[in-house]
Amino acid sequence: MITIPRILFAVGVSTIILFTQPALADEDDASSGVMPATEKQYTDECGACHFAYPAGLLPARSWEKLLSNLSDHFGENAELGADVAQSLNAYLTKNAADKVRNRLSQRIARSVAHTTPLRITETSFFKREHREVPQRLVKDNPQVQSFSKCQVCHTRAAAGSFSEEEINIPGHGRWD
Amino acid sequence: MKIHILSIALCAAMSAHIAAADVVDNLLNTYQAAGAKDFSAGNGDDLWHQSHADPEQAGKTRSCVTCHGKDLRAKGKHVRTGKVIDPMAPSVNKERLTDAKFIEKWFKRNCKWVVGRECTPQEKGDLLSYLRKQ
Repeated sequence: MITIPRILFAVGVSTIILFTQPALADEDDASSGVMPATEKQYTDECGACHFAYPAGLLPARSWEKLLSNLSDHFGENAELGADVAQSLNAYLTKNAADKVRNRLSQRIARSVAHTTPLRITETSFFKREHREVPQRLVKDNPQVQSFSKCQVCHTRAAAGSFSEEEINIPGHGRWD
Repeated sequence: MKIHILSIALCAAMSAHIAAADVVDNLLNTYQAAGAKDFSAGNGDDLWHQSHADPEQAGKTRSCVTCHGKDLRAKGKHVRTGKVIDPMAPSVNKERLTDAKFIEKWFKRNCKWVVGRECTPQEKGDLLSYLRKQ
């Protein structure tokens, strides 16, 4: 039987700990998720036409601006009754990127401190995170077509999770 | 016992059917109270297929068919977003024409998109009279 000197064993164990710790506390893991959109009225009304973007992906002023002009919603008429629009506005602004404690949301809010983006894809944070993604994988990919369809590549987007490990680009595969 | 279960199921199925009919009938009554005359499924058919100039793309037109498709019993597809739209025909889609608020919401949005204005009570009544038969 081989005996390992106690000092070497200690070094070995601490090395393992050293190399495991950063992975467990990986910044990406801790900040790649937001509170998912679970409010029924929101998923019913907005999710009927497109991915129900989590409120924490845009600041409150962006949601307000979007909801005040639903009759021209990126070229579509998405008008809602005043009562419904008002209650969705309350929900979205309350959980907006600049109102919640979530780290990913806070990073988005900081990246748009001086603007009122109407699209999540316009935020500096989004652009930075996707700058390495070539056009052929998204816009020119018939199975994706647009960055606005989060859930097509981010397999757990509906759960508010946008971790790199969960990416599966149709026709391409994992993102490495 | 079997007959009981069958009759209960039959009653449930019928009441769902009646409820859907009620929703449409109530809306038709509301439209008439707002000044509409008798409704015509034939006029609804015409309205459904009528083309209107696309304000954003010269030479192109829009109609209900643009997104709902030619076959009301089949799924449609939004011309721009690609969103799949469930069949309009109540005969294949039991959810259709069962929710007055839903109907009014989409009349408002889609009439503005296709026709460029809200539909009149007469037009809405004609369209519902056409759609309910599909």
